Amino acid sequence: MADKMHLKLTINGEHLETLCEPRELLIHVLRERFNITGPHIGCETSHCGACTVDLDGKSVKACTLFAAQAQGATITTVEGLASPEGMHVLQEMFREHHGLQCGYCTPGMITRAWRLLQENPDPTEEEVRFGMAGNLCRCTGYQNIVKAILAAAAIMNGRDATADDAVKTPEEVA
Amino acid sequence: MIPPAFEYHRPTDIAGALGVIAEHGDEARVIAGGHSLIPMMKLRMVEIAHLIDLQDVADLKGISVGETIRIGAMVTQHGLINDAALSAAAPILREAALQIADPQVRYCGTVGGNVANGDPGNDMPGLMQCLDATFTLVGPDGSRDVPAREFYEAAYTTAREDDEILTAISFAKPAGGYAYEKQKRKIGDYATAAAAVLIEKQGGKITAASIAMTNLSDIPVFSEAAGDALKGTDGTGAALDKAVAAMLADIDPTEDNRGPVEFKKHVAGVILRRAIARAVDRA
Repeated sequence: MADKMHLKLTINGEHLETLCEPRELLIHVLRERFNITGPHIGCETSHCGACTVDLDGKSVKACTLFAAQAQGATITTVEGLASPEGMHVLQEMFREHHGLQCGYCTPGMITRAWRLLQENPDPTEEEVRFGMAGNLCRCTGYQNIVKAILAAAAIMNGRDATADDAVKTPEEVA
Repeated sequence: MIPPAFEYHRPTDIAGALGVIAEHGDEARVIAGGHSLIPMMKLRMVEIAHLIDLQDVADLKGISVGETIRIGAMVTQHGLINDAALSAAAPILREAALQIADPQVRYCGTVGGNVANGDPGNDMPGLMQCLDATFTLVGPDGSRDVPAREFYEAAYTTAREDDEILTAISFAKPAGGYAYEKQKRKIGDYATAAAAVLIEKQGGKITAASIAMTNLSDIPVFSEAAGDALKGTDGTGAALDKAVAAMLADIDPTEDNRGPVEFKKHVAGVILRRAIARAVDRA
Protein backbone atom coordinates (compact mmCIF):
# COMPACT_ATOMS: atom_id res chain seq x y z
CA MET A 1 0.00 0.00 0.00
CA ALA A 2 1.20 3.44 -0.84
CA ASP A 3 2.22 5.76 1.95
CA LYS A 4 -0.25 8.32 3.13
CA MET A 5 0.40 11.85 2.04
CA HIS A 6 0.13 15.05 4.03
CA LEU A 7 -2.59 16.99 2.27
CA LYS A 8 -2.91 20.73 2.84
CA LEU A 9 -5.89 22.63 1.48
CA THR A 10 -7.58 25.97 2.01
CA ILE A 11 -11.29 25.23 2.15
CA ASN A 12 -13.82 28.02 2.57
CA GLY A 13 -11.06 30.28 3.90
CA GLU A 14 -9.80 27.80 6.46
CA HIS A 15 -6.42 26.05 6.30
CA LEU A 16 -7.05 22.34 6.70
CA GLU A 17 -4.68 19.40 6.76
CA THR A 18 -5.10 15.65 6.77
CA LEU A 19 -3.33 12.44 5.97
CA CYS A 20 -4.80 10.55 3.05
CA GLU A 21 -3.90 8.03 0.41
CA PRO A 22 -3.21 9.46 -3.05
CA ARG A 23 -6.00 7.29 -4.48
CA GLU A 24 -8.68 8.93 -2.36
CA LEU A 25 -10.99 11.10 -4.43
CA LEU A 26 -11.38 14.74 -3.47
CA ILE A 27 -15.09 14.24 -2.81
CA HIS A 28 -14.34 11.50 -0.28
CA VAL A 29 -11.69 13.57 1.48
CA LEU A 30 -14.05 16.55 1.70
CA ARG A 31 -16.97 14.55 3.02
CA GLU A 32 -15.31 11.89 5.15
CA ARG A 33 -12.10 13.46 6.43
CA PHE A 34 -13.23 17.10 6.72
CA ASN A 35 -16.95 16.48 7.26
CA ILE A 36 -17.77 19.00 4.53
CA THR A 37 -20.91 17.34 3.23
CA GLY A 38 -22.38 20.10 1.05
CA PRO A 39 -20.88 18.60 -2.10
CA HIS A 40 -22.88 15.42 -2.77
CA ILE A 41 -22.03 12.15 -4.44
CA GLY A 42 -24.62 11.65 -7.15
CA CYS A 43 -23.45 9.46 -10.02
CA GLU A 44 -19.76 9.30 -9.07
CA THR A 45 -19.00 8.97 -12.79
CA SER A 46 -18.30 12.61 -13.81
CA HIS A 47 -21.78 13.13 -15.24
CA CYS A 48 -24.15 14.68 -12.73
CA GLY A 49 -22.20 17.54 -11.15
CA ALA A 50 -23.67 17.10 -7.65
CA CYS A 51 -20.08 16.98 -6.34
CA THR A 52 -19.09 20.28 -7.99
CA VAL A 53 -16.69 22.41 -5.96
CA ASP A 54 -14.69 25.49 -6.88
CA LEU A 55 -10.98 24.71 -7.05
CA ASP A 56 -8.52 27.56 -7.76
CA GLY A 57 -11.18 29.40 -9.74
CA LYS A 58 -12.45 26.40 -11.70
CA SER A 59 -15.69 24.46 -11.28
CA VAL A 60 -14.61 20.83 -10.95
CA LYS A 61 -16.32 17.54 -10.27
CA ALA A 62 -14.75 16.36 -7.03
CA CYS A 63 -15.50 12.73 -7.91
CA THR A 64 -13.08 12.89 -10.83
CA LEU A 65 -10.07 14.33 -9.08
CA PHE A 66 -7.70 12.61 -6.72
CA ALA A 67 -7.19 14.58 -3.54
CA ALA A 68 -3.47 14.44 -4.31
CA GLN A 69 -4.06 16.51 -7.46
CA ALA A 70 -5.62 19.23 -5.31
CA GLN A 71 -2.57 19.51 -3.02
CA GLY A 72 -2.20 23.18 -2.00
CA ALA A 73 -5.42 24.27 -3.70
CA THR A 74 -7.95 26.83 -2.56
CA ILE A 75 -11.41 25.28 -2.54
CA THR A 76 -14.85 26.79 -2.09
CA THR A 77 -17.86 24.58 -1.43
CA VAL A 78 -21.49 25.58 -1.00
CA GLU A 79 -20.77 25.99 2.73
CA GLY A 80 -18.43 28.87 1.88
CA LEU A 81 -20.94 31.00 -0.02
CA ALA A 82 -23.17 32.36 2.74
CA SER A 83 -21.92 35.10 5.06
CA PRO A 84 -22.81 35.82 8.72
CA GLU A 85 -25.29 38.39 7.35
CA GLY A 86 -27.26 35.74 5.52
CA MET A 87 -27.46 33.52 2.49
CA HIS A 88 -25.73 34.30 -0.79
CA VAL A 89 -28.02 35.93 -3.35
CA LEU A 90 -27.88 32.73 -5.44
CA GLN A 91 -29.14 30.75 -2.46
CA GLU A 92 -31.87 33.33 -1.86
CA MET A 93 -32.98 33.19 -5.47
CA PHE A 94 -33.00 29.37 -5.55
CA ARG A 95 -35.42 29.60 -2.61
CA GLU A 96 -37.42 32.47 -4.07
CA HIS A 97 -37.86 30.83 -7.49
CA HIS A 98 -38.25 27.30 -6.20
CA GLY A 99 -35.07 26.23 -8.00
CA LEU A 100 -35.04 22.88 -6.25
CA GLN A 101 -37.33 20.08 -5.33
CA CYS A 102 -35.46 17.22 -3.66
CA GLY A 103 -32.38 19.44 -3.28
CA TYR A 104 -29.79 16.80 -3.97
CA CYS A 105 -28.23 18.60 -6.95
CA THR A 106 -28.56 22.05 -5.39
CA PRO A 107 -25.11 22.45 -3.76
CA GLY A 108 -23.44 21.58 -7.06
CA MET A 109 -25.84 23.79 -9.00
CA ILE A 110 -25.23 26.81 -6.77
CA THR A 111 -21.46 26.34 -6.57
CA ARG A 112 -21.26 26.06 -10.36
CA ALA A 113 -23.59 29.06 -10.87
CA TRP A 114 -21.37 31.06 -8.49
CA ARG A 115 -18.35 30.57 -10.75
CA LEU A 116 -20.41 31.08 -13.92
CA LEU A 117 -21.61 34.49 -12.71
CA GLN A 118 -18.05 35.54 -11.91
CA GLU A 119 -16.94 34.68 -15.45
CA ASN A 120 -20.07 36.01 -17.11
CA PRO A 121 -21.80 38.43 -14.70
CA ASP A 122 -24.82 39.14 -16.88
CA PRO A 123 -25.58 36.01 -18.91
CA THR A 124 -28.45 35.35 -21.27
CA GLU A 125 -30.78 32.43 -20.62
CA GLU A 126 -28.96 30.47 -23.30
CA GLU A 127 -25.59 31.20 -21.69
CA VAL A 128 -26.91 30.04 -18.32
CA ARG A 129 -28.16 26.79 -19.82
CA PHE A 130 -24.85 26.22 -21.62
CA GLY A 131 -22.82 27.15 -18.55
CA MET A 132 -24.86 24.85 -16.30
CA ALA A 133 -24.77 21.90 -18.71
CA GLY A 134 -22.49 19.90 -16.42
CA ASN A 135 -25.09 19.77 -13.64
CA LEU A 136 -28.04 17.42 -13.85
CA CYS A 137 -31.34 17.81 -12.00
CA ARG A 138 -33.94 15.03 -12.15
CA CYS A 139 -36.76 17.01 -10.50
CA THR A 140 -37.20 20.55 -11.70
CA GLY A 141 -36.90 20.37 -15.47
CA TYR A 142 -34.32 23.17 -15.03
CA GLN A 143 -36.83 25.96 -15.67
CA ASN A 144 -36.73 27.34 -12.14
CA ILE A 145 -33.00 26.77 -11.75
CA VAL A 146 -32.38 28.96 -14.80
CA LYS A 147 -34.85 31.56 -13.47
CA ALA A 148 -33.08 31.60 -10.10
CA ILE A 149 -29.67 32.13 -11.64
CA LEU A 150 -30.91 34.87 -13.98
CA ALA A 151 -32.64 36.58 -11.04
CA ALA A 152 -29.45 36.40 -8.98
CA ALA A 153 -27.51 37.93 -11.88
CA ALA A 154 -30.09 40.70 -12.17
CA ILE A 155 -29.75 41.54 -8.48
CA MET A 156 -25.98 41.39 -8.62
CA ASN A 157 -26.13 43.86 -11.53
CA GLY A 158 -28.29 46.23 -9.52
CA ARG A 159 -31.58 45.49 -11.29
CA ASP A 160 -34.89 44.73 -9.60
CA ALA A 161 -35.25 40.97 -10.12
CA THR A 162 -39.03 41.22 -9.92
CA ALA A 163 -39.29 43.80 -12.73
CA ASP A 164 -40.57 42.55 -16.07
CA ASP A 165 -37.38 43.56 -17.88
CA ALA A 166 -34.93 42.33 -15.25
CA VAL A 167 -34.07 39.21 -17.15
CA LYS A 168 -32.89 39.46 -20.74
CA THR A 169 -34.81 37.28 -23.17
CA PRO A 170 -33.11 35.46 -26.04
CA GLU A 171 -34.99 37.70 -28.49
CA GLU A 172 -33.46 40.82 -26.96
CA VAL A 173 -29.98 39.37 -27.24
CA ALA A 174 -30.44 38.29 -30.85
CA MET B 1 -15.32 3.50 -7.06
CA ILE B 2 -11.84 3.84 -5.57
CA PRO B 3 -8.88 2.55 -7.58
CA PRO B 4 -6.16 0.30 -6.20
CA ALA B 5 -3.36 2.09 -4.35
CA PHE B 6 -0.71 3.88 -6.37
CA GLU B 7 2.24 6.09 -5.75
CA TYR B 8 1.74 9.71 -6.77
CA HIS B 9 4.46 11.74 -8.46
CA ARG B 10 4.31 15.42 -9.29
CA PRO B 11 7.44 16.42 -11.24
CA THR B 12 8.09 20.06 -12.15
CA ASP B 13 9.82 19.44 -15.47
CA ILE B 14 9.72 17.00 -18.38
CA ALA B 15 13.03 15.43 -17.37
CA GLY B 16 11.55 14.61 -13.99
CA ALA B 17 8.52 12.98 -15.58
CA LEU B 18 10.70 10.96 -17.98
CA GLY B 19 12.83 9.90 -15.00
CA VAL B 20 9.83 8.34 -13.25
CA ILE B 21 8.86 6.54 -16.47
CA ALA B 22 12.44 5.28 -16.91
CA GLU B 23 12.48 3.97 -13.35
CA HIS B 24 9.07 2.26 -13.33
CA GLY B 25 8.46 1.43 -17.00
CA ASP B 26 5.03 -0.05 -17.72
CA GLU B 27 3.89 0.56 -14.15
CA ALA B 28 4.04 4.33 -14.65
CA ARG B 29 1.53 6.46 -16.51
CA VAL B 30 1.21 10.22 -16.94
CA ILE B 31 -2.03 11.98 -16.06
CA ALA B 32 -3.10 15.28 -17.62
CA GLY B 33 -6.69 16.39 -16.95
CA GLY B 34 -7.57 12.86 -15.88
CA HIS B 35 -11.12 12.85 -17.20
CA SER B 36 -10.50 9.77 -19.33
CA LEU B 37 -7.95 8.07 -17.07
CA ILE B 38 -9.52 8.55 -13.62
CA PRO B 39 -12.88 7.00 -14.60
CA MET B 40 -10.98 4.00 -16.02
CA MET B 41 -8.92 3.75 -12.82
CA LYS B 42 -12.07 3.96 -10.69
CA LEU B 43 -13.64 1.14 -12.70
CA ARG B 44 -10.36 -0.77 -12.21
CA MET B 45 -10.12 -1.24 -15.96
CA VAL B 46 -6.59 0.09 -15.79
CA GLU B 47 -4.24 -0.39 -12.88
CA ILE B 48 -1.40 2.03 -12.44
CA ALA B 49 1.29 1.68 -9.77
CA HIS B 50 2.92 5.07 -10.40
CA LEU B 51 0.81 8.02 -11.43
CA ILE B 52 2.75 11.00 -12.81
CA ASP B 53 0.76 14.22 -12.54
CA LEU B 54 1.94 16.72 -15.19
CA GLN B 55 0.11 19.78 -13.80
CA ASP B 56 3.28 21.44 -12.45
CA VAL B 57 5.34 21.02 -15.63
CA ALA B 58 5.49 24.61 -16.86
CA ASP B 59 6.98 23.63 -20.25
CA LEU B 60 3.73 21.87 -21.14
CA LYS B 61 1.62 25.00 -20.75
CA GLY B 62 1.11 28.07 -22.83
CA ILE B 63 -0.15 28.97 -26.29
CA SER B 64 1.92 30.88 -28.83
CA VAL B 65 0.24 32.38 -31.86
CA GLY B 66 2.09 33.47 -34.99
CA GLU B 67 2.26 32.07 -38.50
CA THR B 68 2.79 28.80 -36.65
CA ILE B 69 0.53 28.14 -33.69
CA ARG B 70 1.87 26.05 -30.81
CA ILE B 71 -0.29 24.73 -28.00
CA GLY B 72 1.26 23.14 -24.94
CA ALA B 73 -0.12 19.70 -24.16
CA MET B 74 -1.42 20.74 -20.73
CA VAL B 75 -3.53 23.64 -22.04
CA THR B 76 -7.09 22.88 -20.93
CA GLN B 77 -10.13 23.11 -23.17
CA HIS B 78 -11.25 26.00 -20.95
CA GLY B 79 -7.91 27.74 -21.44
CA LEU B 80 -8.09 27.20 -25.18
CA ILE B 81 -11.66 28.54 -25.41
CA ASN B 82 -10.72 31.68 -23.50
CA ASP B 83 -7.48 32.48 -25.35
CA ALA B 84 -8.42 35.52 -27.43
CA ALA B 85 -5.35 35.44 -29.70
CA LEU B 86 -5.84 31.75 -30.50
CA SER B 87 -9.57 32.18 -31.09
CA ALA B 88 -8.87 35.02 -33.51
CA ALA B 89 -6.15 33.11 -35.38
CA ALA B 90 -7.79 29.67 -35.45
CA PRO B 91 -11.46 29.96 -34.44
CA ILE B 92 -12.16 26.33 -35.38
CA LEU B 93 -10.41 25.24 -32.17
CA ARG B 94 -12.77 27.25 -30.00
CA GLU B 95 -15.79 26.07 -31.98
CA ALA B 96 -14.75 22.43 -31.47
CA ALA B 97 -13.69 22.76 -27.83
CA LEU B 98 -17.04 24.28 -26.86
CA GLN B 99 -18.68 21.08 -28.07
CA ILE B 100 -16.53 18.84 -25.86
CA ALA B 101 -18.09 17.44 -22.66
CA ASP B 102 -19.42 20.04 -20.20
CA PRO B 103 -18.02 23.12 -18.42
CA GLN B 104 -16.55 21.26 -15.44
CA VAL B 105 -14.82 18.73 -17.67
CA ARG B 106 -13.47 21.50 -19.91
CA TYR B 107 -11.77 23.18 -16.93
CA CYS B 108 -9.74 19.99 -16.42
CA GLY B 109 -9.54 18.24 -19.80
CA THR B 110 -6.42 19.07 -21.80
CA VAL B 111 -5.73 19.30 -25.51
CA GLY B 112 -2.71 17.03 -25.13
CA GLY B 113 -4.65 14.37 -23.29
CA ASN B 114 -7.44 14.54 -25.84
CA VAL B 115 -5.08 13.90 -28.78
CA ALA B 116 -2.71 11.48 -27.03
CA ASN B 117 -5.29 9.12 -25.55
CA GLY B 118 -6.27 7.70 -28.92
CA ASP B 119 -9.95 7.42 -28.01
CA PRO B 120 -11.88 7.38 -31.33
CA GLY B 121 -14.59 9.47 -29.65
CA ASN B 122 -12.29 12.38 -28.86
CA ASP B 123 -12.79 15.48 -30.98
CA MET B 124 -9.28 16.95 -31.14
CA PRO B 125 -7.60 14.15 -33.14
CA GLY B 126 -9.84 14.66 -36.17
CA LEU B 127 -9.56 18.41 -35.85
CA MET B 128 -5.75 18.17 -35.73
CA GLN B 129 -5.76 15.99 -38.85
CA CYS B 130 -7.90 18.59 -40.57
CA LEU B 131 -5.37 21.27 -39.55
CA ASP B 132 -2.46 19.01 -40.62
CA ALA B 133 -0.98 19.52 -37.16
CA THR B 134 2.23 18.02 -35.83
CA PHE B 135 2.57 16.41 -32.41
CA THR B 136 5.86 16.74 -30.53
CA LEU B 137 6.88 13.71 -28.50
CA VAL B 138 9.72 13.75 -25.99
CA GLY B 139 11.35 10.57 -24.74
CA PRO B 140 14.65 9.29 -23.41
CA ASP B 141 16.27 9.69 -26.84
CA GLY B 142 15.14 13.27 -27.31
CA SER B 143 12.33 14.90 -29.22
CA ARG B 144 10.57 13.94 -32.45
CA ASP B 145 7.64 15.25 -34.45
CA VAL B 146 4.83 13.09 -35.80
CA PRO B 147 2.12 14.39 -38.17
CA ALA B 148 -1.39 14.04 -36.71
CA ARG B 149 -2.39 12.28 -39.93
CA GLU B 150 0.13 9.48 -39.18
CA PHE B 151 -0.26 9.33 -35.39
CA TYR B 152 -3.30 7.09 -34.98
CA GLU B 153 -2.92 3.34 -35.55
CA ALA B 154 -5.97 1.80 -33.86
CA ALA B 155 -8.25 2.64 -30.94
CA TYR B 156 -5.99 3.71 -28.04
CA THR B 157 -2.93 2.77 -30.08
CA THR B 158 -0.80 5.60 -31.43
CA ALA B 159 2.71 6.31 -32.71
CA ARG B 160 3.69 7.44 -29.19
CA GLU B 161 6.02 4.97 -27.46
CA ASP B 162 5.28 4.09 -23.83
CA ASP B 163 8.32 6.04 -22.65
CA GLU B 164 7.39 9.20 -24.56
CA ILE B 165 5.31 12.18 -23.47
CA LEU B 166 3.31 14.25 -25.96
CA THR B 167 4.44 17.79 -25.14
CA ALA B 168 2.97 20.12 -27.77
CA ILE B 169 0.82 20.49 -30.86
CA SER B 170 1.80 22.81 -33.72
CA PHE B 171 0.13 23.79 -36.96
CA ALA B 172 0.23 26.55 -39.53
CA LYS B 173 -2.30 29.32 -38.92
CA PRO B 174 -5.33 28.23 -40.97
CA ALA B 175 -6.71 30.44 -43.74
CA GLY B 176 -10.23 30.74 -45.10
CA GLY B 177 -13.50 29.39 -43.72
CA TYR B 178 -13.95 26.74 -41.06
CA ALA B 179 -16.54 24.65 -39.28
CA TYR B 180 -16.61 22.00 -36.59
CA GLU B 181 -19.99 20.29 -36.67
CA LYS B 182 -20.89 17.58 -34.16
CA GLN B 183 -23.98 15.49 -33.57
CA LYS B 184 -24.28 14.04 -30.08
CA ARG B 185 -27.13 12.50 -28.15
CA LYS B 186 -26.74 14.79 -25.18
CA ILE B 187 -24.30 17.18 -23.50
CA GLY B 188 -21.23 15.27 -22.42
CA ASP B 189 -21.63 12.49 -24.95
CA TYR B 190 -19.12 11.63 -27.61
CA ALA B 191 -20.06 12.33 -31.22
CA THR B 192 -22.39 10.11 -33.18
CA ALA B 193 -20.58 11.84 -36.01
CA ALA B 194 -18.47 15.00 -36.22
CA ALA B 195 -16.76 16.82 -39.07
CA ALA B 196 -13.89 19.31 -39.13
CA VAL B 197 -13.74 21.35 -42.33
CA LEU B 198 -11.40 24.07 -43.59
CA ILE B 199 -12.12 25.77 -46.93
CA GLU B 200 -10.12 28.31 -48.93
CA LYS B 201 -11.82 30.16 -51.78
CA GLN B 202 -10.73 32.44 -54.58
CA GLY B 203 -13.15 34.15 -56.96
CA GLY B 204 -16.03 31.98 -55.77
CA LYS B 205 -14.14 28.71 -56.39
CA ILE B 206 -12.72 26.48 -53.69
CA THR B 207 -8.92 26.32 -53.95
CA ALA B 208 -8.20 24.15 -50.92
CA ALA B 209 -10.35 21.95 -48.70
CA SER B 210 -9.43 19.80 -45.72
CA ILE B 211 -11.95 17.38 -44.18
CA ALA B 212 -11.63 15.03 -41.20
CA MET B 213 -14.29 12.98 -39.42
CA THR B 214 -14.60 11.86 -35.78
CA ASN B 215 -15.92 8.66 -34.18
CA LEU B 216 -16.70 6.99 -37.49
CA SER B 217 -13.83 4.49 -37.41
CA ASP B 218 -11.44 3.22 -34.74
CA ILE B 219 -9.21 6.17 -35.63
CA PRO B 220 -9.97 9.69 -36.89
CA VAL B 221 -10.51 9.79 -40.64
CA PHE B 222 -8.78 12.42 -42.76
CA SER B 223 -10.61 12.18 -46.10
CA GLU B 224 -8.33 13.59 -48.77
CA ALA B 225 -10.76 12.45 -51.48
CA ALA B 226 -13.61 14.42 -49.90
CA GLY B 227 -11.51 17.58 -49.90
CA ASP B 228 -10.37 16.98 -53.49
CA ALA B 229 -13.97 16.62 -54.63
CA LEU B 230 -14.62 20.22 -53.62
CA LYS B 231 -11.63 21.81 -55.34
CA GLY B 232 -12.46 24.05 -58.29
CA THR B 233 -16.17 24.05 -57.39
CA ASP B 234 -18.44 26.31 -55.35
CA GLY B 235 -18.99 23.50 -52.83
CA THR B 236 -22.67 22.95 -53.59
CA GLY B 237 -24.80 20.58 -55.69
CA ALA B 238 -23.00 17.72 -57.39
CA ALA B 239 -19.62 18.67 -55.87
CA LEU B 240 -21.07 18.48 -52.37
CA ASP B 241 -22.68 15.10 -53.17
CA LYS B 242 -19.34 13.86 -54.48
CA ALA B 243 -17.49 15.03 -51.36
CA VAL B 244 -20.00 13.30 -49.09
CA ALA B 245 -19.77 10.09 -51.13
CA ALA B 246 -15.96 10.20 -50.94
CA MET B 247 -16.12 10.69 -47.16
CA LEU B 248 -18.58 7.80 -46.78
CA ALA B 249 -16.16 5.54 -48.67
CA ASP B 250 -13.38 6.45 -46.20
CA ILE B 251 -15.21 5.95 -42.89
CA ASP B 252 -15.84 2.59 -41.25
CA PRO B 253 -18.34 3.02 -38.40
CA THR B 254 -19.44 0.13 -36.20
CA GLU B 255 -22.79 -0.42 -34.53
CA ASP B 256 -22.97 0.58 -30.86
CA ASN B 257 -25.33 2.37 -28.48
CA ARG B 258 -25.21 5.44 -30.74
CA GLY B 259 -26.88 3.50 -33.52
CA PRO B 260 -26.46 1.03 -36.37
CA VAL B 261 -23.96 1.51 -39.17
CA GLU B 262 -26.50 2.87 -41.67
CA PHE B 263 -27.67 5.50 -39.20
CA LYS B 264 -24.13 6.62 -38.47
CA LYS B 265 -23.40 6.94 -42.18
CA HIS B 266 -26.57 8.97 -42.59
CA VAL B 267 -25.61 11.28 -39.72
CA ALA B 268 -22.05 11.58 -41.05
CA GLY B 269 -23.45 12.80 -44.38
CA VAL B 270 -25.79 15.31 -42.76
CA ILE B 271 -23.05 16.64 -40.50
CA LEU B 272 -20.51 16.97 -43.31
CA ARG B 273 -23.02 18.82 -45.53
CA ARG B 274 -23.69 21.31 -42.73
CA ALA B 275 -19.98 21.73 -41.98
CA ILE B 276 -19.05 22.33 -45.62
CA ALA B 277 -21.90 24.80 -46.09
CA ARG B 278 -20.83 26.78 -43.03
CA ALA B 279 -17.14 26.70 -43.90
CA VAL B 280 -17.82 27.82 -47.49
CA ASP B 281 -20.04 30.59 -46.19
CA ARG B 282 -17.26 31.79 -43.87
CA ALA B 283 -14.46 31.51 -46.47
